Amino acid sequence: MGREPAAGEGDDARRDGLWGFALLAAVLPLFLGLALLALLTSLTPATLVRHLASETALRALALTLRTTLVATLITVGLGTPLAYVLARRRFPGRGVVDVLIDLPVTIPPVVAGVALLLAFGRRGLLGRSLEAFGVTLPFTTAAVVMAQVFIASPFYVKAARAGFAAVDASLEAAARTLGASPWRTFRTVTLPLAGPALLAGTVLAWARALSEFGATIMFAGNLPGRTQTLTLAVMTAIETDLDTAVAVATLALLLAAAALLAARLLSRRLEDGRG
Amino acid sequence: MAEAGLALALAHRRGALALEMELEVAAGETVALMGPSGAGKTTCLELVAGLLRPRQGRVSCGGRVWFDGAAGRDLAPEARRVGVLFQDYALFPHLDARANVAYGLRARGAGRAEALRAADAWLERLGLREASRRRPRALSGGERQRVALARALASGAQALLLDEPMGALDVATRAAVRGQLRGVLRDAGLPTLLVTHDAVDALALGDRVAVLEAGRLTQVGTHDALALHPRTSFVAELAGRNLYPVAVAAGAGLKEARAGAVVFHVLADQVEGPAFLVFAPSEVTLSAERRPGSAQNVFAATVRELRAGTDRVSVVLDASGLTMTAEITRPAAEQLGLSPGRDVWAAVKATAIGVYA
Repeated sequence: MGREPAAGEGDDARRDGLWGFALLAAVLPLFLGLALLALLTSLTPATLVRHLASETALRALALTLRTTLVATLITVGLGTPLAYVLARRRFPGRGVVDVLIDLPVTIPPVVAGVALLLAFGRRGLLGRSLEAFGVTLPFTTAAVVMAQVFIASPFYVKAARAGFAAVDASLEAAARTLGASPWRTFRTVTLPLAGPALLAGTVLAWARALSEFGATIMFAGNLPGRTQTLTLAVMTAIETDLDTAVAVATLALLLAAAALLAARLLSRRLEDGRG
Repeated sequence: MAEAGLALALAHRRGALALEMELEVAAGETVALMGPSGAGKTTCLELVAGLLRPRQGRVSCGGRVWFDGAAGRDLAPEARRVGVLFQDYALFPHLDARANVAYGLRARGAGRAEALRAADAWLERLGLREASRRRPRALSGGERQRVALARALASGAQALLLDEPMGALDVATRAAVRGQLRGVLRDAGLPTLLVTHDAVDALALGDRVAVLEAGRLTQVGTHDALALHPRTSFVAELAGRNLYPVAVAAGAGLKEARAGAVVFHVLADQVEGPAFLVFAPSEVTLSAERRPGSAQNVFAATVRELRAGTDRVSVVLDASGLTMTAEITRPAAEQLGLSPGRDVWAAVKATAIGVYA
């Protein structure tokens, strides 16, 4: 059979015999790891902190945290009912809604930004009606939130929908026959059981909102303090102040890593808790 | 019709199924709903529970109208006080047994401490005290069934609907659980509708059997009545299987099992006391005279009825008060000159007889 155990394998599991795979498998992690390592080790911790304390970095950080928080709240608030309806109910046009929810993930974020401009810009579809009321959206902090919601909400809706679909409908039916109203059923049976998926989806959406660039710069512009998020700050700083750019980039990376870690830990703890 | 019972009249369409049935279940009575798959049994339960809305009809329990199509009344499931045992019991996996049982009480407004106390009482009553803090995944099949029952009863159910209550259990546990379930249902005293495909379950748990075929009730009655006068071939198939409640003597090897005045000789080492005895009609041989042979069970019987098939005949016999069905070939029936009223001898081998607790 010609099986050659690769170095490091110590378990009893039957080897699949594809010894070449181990070599190929190592390439991607090395590629990703090398680039991230370069970023993390580029500055000394002291330099990193010094540049992070700069006005540019702090303003970008504060703005990013504010906007991503609001965007995530909106996403969860509107996305949860949507995910539930998609998971449980059959209605004409459901397929269309499905595709609509998937689109932002597949189109280039810059294109999404253009679309937002055309819809909500001063002469846009809805924008011109808003202008009449004195409301201008482009190049405002609100626009940042809108761009983030546009790009990040699909991540939450998909995860939440899968989470709801995984809850056996007979459990909800049982709760109803035991005297629980539909809302109580949702609160005490559906939500706890879909919890891990919802949480993972929330963190994922937040991480995506955090890294949003293309739609933001197109629809909200790059105004420090108003619309310059962490990612936009990196791009701006890289032309003039490399060290600050690197520091901000490192910060963004650390935040994303923290989000991933939190998602995994919380997921696992909740999984254990729900039996 | 006693006010405390469950009365239903349903007309509904679902895909290819057109359901139309009327049934009354008295308080304390269990009706076993049987039928081929796709006949509409589970749909019937869903309609009664309010999980599905009938096109037309009326459902009432204990004098309270749950659904009346004509009057436009449709109570949501949570308003009906119906206890449902789903096929896989539908226990909440994120709650322990105690919290599961308390769920209905809490949903109906009881305080936490009060609900847990009541839940403890129910668990105690069903012999589940040790299991009360365990999650459903750590419970055995039989325990899960009892927790589901306790949960339904604790919520104040006025009627019980069970969907294949024994389905999720393996053969070995079925017998013991069946006996326990019978006790619980009897103590609960509620009108109970039980869907099952197992004739032994129907006989053991049901006071009456209702047969649903393609959305219509083809026959409703006691198991005996169905065996004696089946109206369709499905009912005949179902009931004409020589199934009797018996009392098995203690001991090993060949022993006695009594069904009324009739004594069978069976091999049933593991079984003692009340049990069910079954043998196929094709295992019964008939003869005009008593013939010596290896068969341990030989009975004098009178032919009640003959049902001719294409190449075989079902002979319904009366053996000392017991209704027995034998299946023999046409030529054999002709040779014996069988006709209603004729006396024959029926023989069944002990090895062909199955005995279940």
